[in-house]
Amino acid sequence: MTYYLIKRLGVAAITVVIAVSLLYGMIHAVPGDPLSVVLGPRATPEMKAALNKRMGLDKPFVIQLGTFFINVLQGDLGTDVFTDTSVSEIFFGQLPFTVNLIFLAIGWSALLGIPLGCYSAVRRNTLIDKLTGVFSVGTIAIPSFVVALYSLLIFAVWLKWLPAIGAGKEGDFMDQLSHLLLPSFAVGLGWVGYLSRLVRASMLEVLGENHIRTARAFGLKESTIVLGYALRLAILPTVALLGVGIGNMLSGAVFAEIVFARPGVGKLIFDSVITRNYPLVMGSVIMTTILFVLFTTVADLISAFLDPRIRENL
Amino acid sequence: MTGETQNRNREKVLSIKDLSVNFKTENGLVQALRRVSIDIPPKQIVGLVGESGCGKSTVINSILRLLSNNAEIIQGSIHLQNKNILMMTSTQLRAIRGKRISVIFQDPMTSLNPALSIGRQMTDIQYRDQINQVAKRQRAIDMLTRVGIPDAEKRLKSYPHQFSGGMRQRIAIAMALIMEPDLLIADEPTTALDATLQIQIIELLKTLQKEFRCSVLFVSHHLGLVADFCDQVVVMYAGEVVESGNVRDIFHRAAHPYTKRLLECDPARIKTKTRVLPTIPGYIPDLVNLSDDCIFKDRCHVKDNKCPLTVAPLTELTPGHFVQCHLSQEGENL
Repeated sequence: MTYYLIKRLGVAAITVVIAVSLLYGMIHAVPGDPLSVVLGPRATPEMKAALNKRMGLDKPFVIQLGTFFINVLQGDLGTDVFTDTSVSEIFFGQLPFTVNLIFLAIGWSALLGIPLGCYSAVRRNTLIDKLTGVFSVGTIAIPSFVVALYSLLIFAVWLKWLPAIGAGKEGDFMDQLSHLLLPSFAVGLGWVGYLSRLVRASMLEVLGENHIRTARAFGLKESTIVLGYALRLAILPTVALLGVGIGNMLSGAVFAEIVFARPGVGKLIFDSVITRNYPLVMGSVIMTTILFVLFTTVADLISAFLDPRIRENL
Repeated sequence: MTGETQNRNREKVLSIKDLSVNFKTENGLVQALRRVSIDIPPKQIVGLVGESGCGKSTVINSILRLLSNNAEIIQGSIHLQNKNILMMTSTQLRAIRGKRISVIFQDPMTSLNPALSIGRQMTDIQYRDQINQVAKRQRAIDMLTRVGIPDAEKRLKSYPHQFSGGMRQRIAIAMALIMEPDLLIADEPTTALDATLQIQIIELLKTLQKEFRCSVLFVSHHLGLVADFCDQVVVMYAGEVVESGNVRDIFHRAAHPYTKRLLECDPARIKTKTRVLPTIPGYIPDLVNLSDDCIFKDRCHVKDNKCPLTVAPLTELTPGHFVQCHLSQEGENL
């Protein structure tokens, strides 16, 4: 396991380097001059040259990329061109909002979706299985922003149970939690369907395998068989999907963040792209990439923990 | 149940009576087993032979009540000593599975859980015993050592994929015998192994059977192994028992034409050099549209105008040697 851990972290590091280099290159290729955006249309060539030099844009691409990597390693993601604050400070200020949202959303959907999938697989073709199927496909089919708008309308506007927008007062846990409920419902609902379908399919496959027949032939309890013997293998595709899913949602929860007017990474990236805030886009995208790789790596490590065969194949 | 049948059951570890099993499929009702009766006496090794699709696996799955959902038991009984397995509740079933009846499956590569260490799997099946984990572990170690796994204590932590096929089958045997069952079902335990390993595994089973004093239902289509290993032999064809008797009756005085042809097909019996291996021409009858006639009539090489071609009654030729054929009554060379 230790050997696998080292190898897997090595792969993760290489992935980050390649992804960041590609992103850095792509951002440079985007049309639009950051200098005019920052300085406005009436900037003099001298001002432009000075800023150009300060941002290091006059140096060759490779040097810029190298400098960038060194800075990132030192925790310096550059400086926001408008407010002159450090990008990492802005990014890590927004990150907790998104992380809380994602983990609450994934948390409740996994707690509901995975048992639902197991139950459907064990009680295959019963009425409950069929109802679960319809419910799951339904939740997958509804776009999350529609769920967001309707839940806003029902719970915040009509029933007035929950606050509509914002992230809650700083330091007030209950207030922040109540602001999280609707967005995490909107983001998580589709995942309930995904997870229950996926778990059901892989559970059915595993339950049909020979070793499960062996476990039954040895008289093990059905609960031991399903939860101890089958789920351990059936959960593997779900773990992989969650790794990618959580990584994606870092920037992909932007719909919910906009609808509920919450701060967050998605909204940060969206706003900085609109205003062509070059260092902020760069820094946030790179951090989300790194976090994405981190989450998929964690997912792989969990899979390796669950299935010994994975440890030996990398 | 009358006193007489109770007595008879007491002599048997397992007694299958008139078992018929159907499968509902898209093509219709498959009559997979028809009036199958098999008795397994204590401490005896009973071989169950027959070609693929003759119902051997259905017999095993019926005994263990592991039949798929589309299966339906039409009639019959399976008595384990004096309890009918077919009438048991799922709790009662769990109490006998792995404890009084255990099984070794055909493919050792897939019959163990790949994600759990063999130590975990071997202690899990002892869940009924009120002994501590250390004692269970020790029992697993002793059993693994007994079946010839070197360094068993260290290997408890290993996973199935870290063992070779032969080793895995030894582990499967250790698992099957750890609870000291009355009946061990061995479902083609050597089919997935190469020839030298087959002999080793059979030798191991032989020794362990004597040591644990259990009965064995040995399912195989390897006639050489059956002749070598078994005391009794049951020959199945297309879902029916066509002949049964002790190993000498079957291998030296075979009475049913199917048994005879089957024996002729055993490569070990071919004396002269040939490029053409003998086969039994034809196919097993369609189990969906069965006629009332003899099931072997299409492939029978001895039928002539003396044979009415109807289903023959089961006849006892000599004590314990049963056959289902009209032409075998005289016991002559057919």
